[in-house]
Amino acid sequence: MSDKASTGISRRELLMMIGAMAGSATSYNAMASMGLVEESRFNGPPKLDGDPKGASVLILGAGIAGMVAAMELRNAGYKVKVLEYNSRAGGRNWSIRGGDVYTELGGATQHCEFDKGLYINPGPWRLPYNHHGILDYARRLGVRVEPFQQLNFNAYVHSTQAFGGKPQRYREIQTDYLGHVSELLSKVTQQGKLNEMVSKEDEASLLDSLRRIGALDRRYRYVPGRESSNRRGFQKPPGGGLDARPIYSKDLTGLSEILKSGLWRSIGAGWSTEFQSTIFEPVGGMGKIGEAFGRELADLIEYERKVVKVHQNRKGVEVTYVDPKTDGNPRTVTADYCLCTIPLSVLSQIDLNINPKMQAAINAVPYAAAIKIGLQFKRRFWEQDEHIYGGISYTDLPIGSIGYPNTDYFQPGKGVLLGGYMFGPNAMKFTAMPPEERVKKAVEYGAQIHAQYPQEFDNGVAVGWHRVPWTLGCFGTWTDELRAQHYDDLCQIDHRFLVAGEHASYIPGWQEGAVTSAIDAITRLHHKVINA
Amino acid sequence: MNKMKMQGVVAAVLLSTSAVAMAAEPDAAEGKKVYTTICQGCHMPDAKGAVGAGRYPALANNPKLAAKQYPMMMIVNGSRAMPSFARMLAPDEIAAAVNYVRTHFGNHYPDVLTTAEVKAVLPQKSDYERH
Repeated sequence: MSDKASTGISRRELLMMIGAMAGSATSYNAMASMGLVEESRFNGPPKLDGDPKGASVLILGAGIAGMVAAMELRNAGYKVKVLEYNSRAGGRNWSIRGGDVYTELGGATQHCEFDKGLYINPGPWRLPYNHHGILDYARRLGVRVEPFQQLNFNAYVHSTQAFGGKPQRYREIQTDYLGHVSELLSKVTQQGKLNEMVSKEDEASLLDSLRRIGALDRRYRYVPGRESSNRRGFQKPPGGGLDARPIYSKDLTGLSEILKSGLWRSIGAGWSTEFQSTIFEPVGGMGKIGEAFGRELADLIEYERKVVKVHQNRKGVEVTYVDPKTDGNPRTVTADYCLCTIPLSVLSQIDLNINPKMQAAINAVPYAAAIKIGLQFKRRFWEQDEHIYGGISYTDLPIGSIGYPNTDYFQPGKGVLLGGYMFGPNAMKFTAMPPEERVKKAVEYGAQIHAQYPQEFDNGVAVGWHRVPWTLGCFGTWTDELRAQHYDDLCQIDHRFLVAGEHASYIPGWQEGAVTSAIDAITRLHHKVINA
Repeated sequence: MNKMKMQGVVAAVLLSTSAVAMAAEPDAAEGKKVYTTICQGCHMPDAKGAVGAGRYPALANNPKLAAKQYPMMMIVNGSRAMPSFARMLAPDEIAAAVNYVRTHFGNHYPDVLTTAEVKAVLPQKSDYERH
């Protein structure tokens, strides 16, 4: 077989196309068989057997990691106290609802004017089904969950550089891409060009699978017809009565146009394990989990405590905190051990006496820029006009994506969209704007996808994570090199001090990282206490 | 910002010292642009920083800026939670930002950081330049 097929495609190019199409699934299976991809390590609540003999643990931070640790250590018989900077529990587990007031670093204050029941989650907003830990705590705390639509075939993929800037439906781009690629592969299979790679017996199955997966006709062509229209949609869908006869979709997008548009980049956006169905969200906002933890641990958490110093000696740990409003009124509290869940961005500025390697690890991790913008509209036009019920549209505009509410479908009245979700340079640029400017820009950009924006916009809030007073960034951005150099040093117990949080996990930026990190930390701490 | 302009600045630096002063002029507008679109996200529009559970240091009236290498290395390497901007900003943008903060916000340091000096300390060719 010659390397160059008569279609003008080299074998290498063909394999690359297969790889691009099958990419996520294939590499995931390969990695899973090598043990490189883990589902959550969560195996149920930790079994902290044995008597801690009255040992006390001071926990810094009432986010998910701190509160998981507090609940389990309390249940195991420890004396537990939690110090929290904010006046609420949850940390980055947080929902902003109508009536809430948020002041960011620099003093800009936003008064959220959303209608009752409407919210945005500035931090985490999804609970993947395979994040067993956070889901288990939500269940134990009685937090109701509902499905989160990650992948909506009727949502848009959008490029300012393609299709005249007109957003395309995911189902059309996905179907056309798979159809064309399947047809190509069918052709070379039929031409016997895959002889070296596919056995004669497999060839028939391969063709059959391509026909089904690619929505090809009986002659293995991706053409207008029932098969393609069933996937991408009809020009006129079938109905009832006299005028019932469907008209097939004729305007299939050409392969070259799809490839040039770059919209194929969005096809696999929801395919990785943390985005696969079924994903959940708490009813009423992600903050419901943190709030439930806060109620459960009401006796243990002290709010508005800004930690400025953590020193340990042979007998215990001494933590000094001040009033966050004044930086005054320093007070000291002591315990046998300290579990610190304060983000490294803040912890690297706190006076610690720990071993130099651990301090170096705490100082080594930069924090990611991220921003979320919630926009309230006078009506749910995305549902009423465009039949988009939940899910996400993706765009190459700076806003990155538009997330539709996955709850209260068909309700009259106002609705809130996630009008922008950015990382990297765009997030930095938006963070550098005043909040009202961020909202204004998100409305301007979003209007290129939904023309109803200017008419229907009501109000909005915008949270840039580098301006959040208690995190100074969104999450720890580890690299492989940084992990090799510092990760193990960060996770060690240094005499009476240890850390937990998403920053001490391999699931950065996810609540599951905080949960599994906390459980690992307290399990090791408990072992040390019992054997002391 | 484009490569042509970048090379122009480098050429000016190499040709004569008077050209350095000339090159510093368009720098101010560029420096202000970088500061207002990126830096002020944390260091704030008045460069006075901010205090929460942790703090962002003030760049205004900051004696640490006396040595131009100090802010340059901060931007190139990052520091603690502050990320490195070596891959996000072009060398002349880094130089412009440094020159801007060293001559504004109550700072009066006349010596100019050149693009060549930034390039010399970049860990490798930045992604920006490889484009």
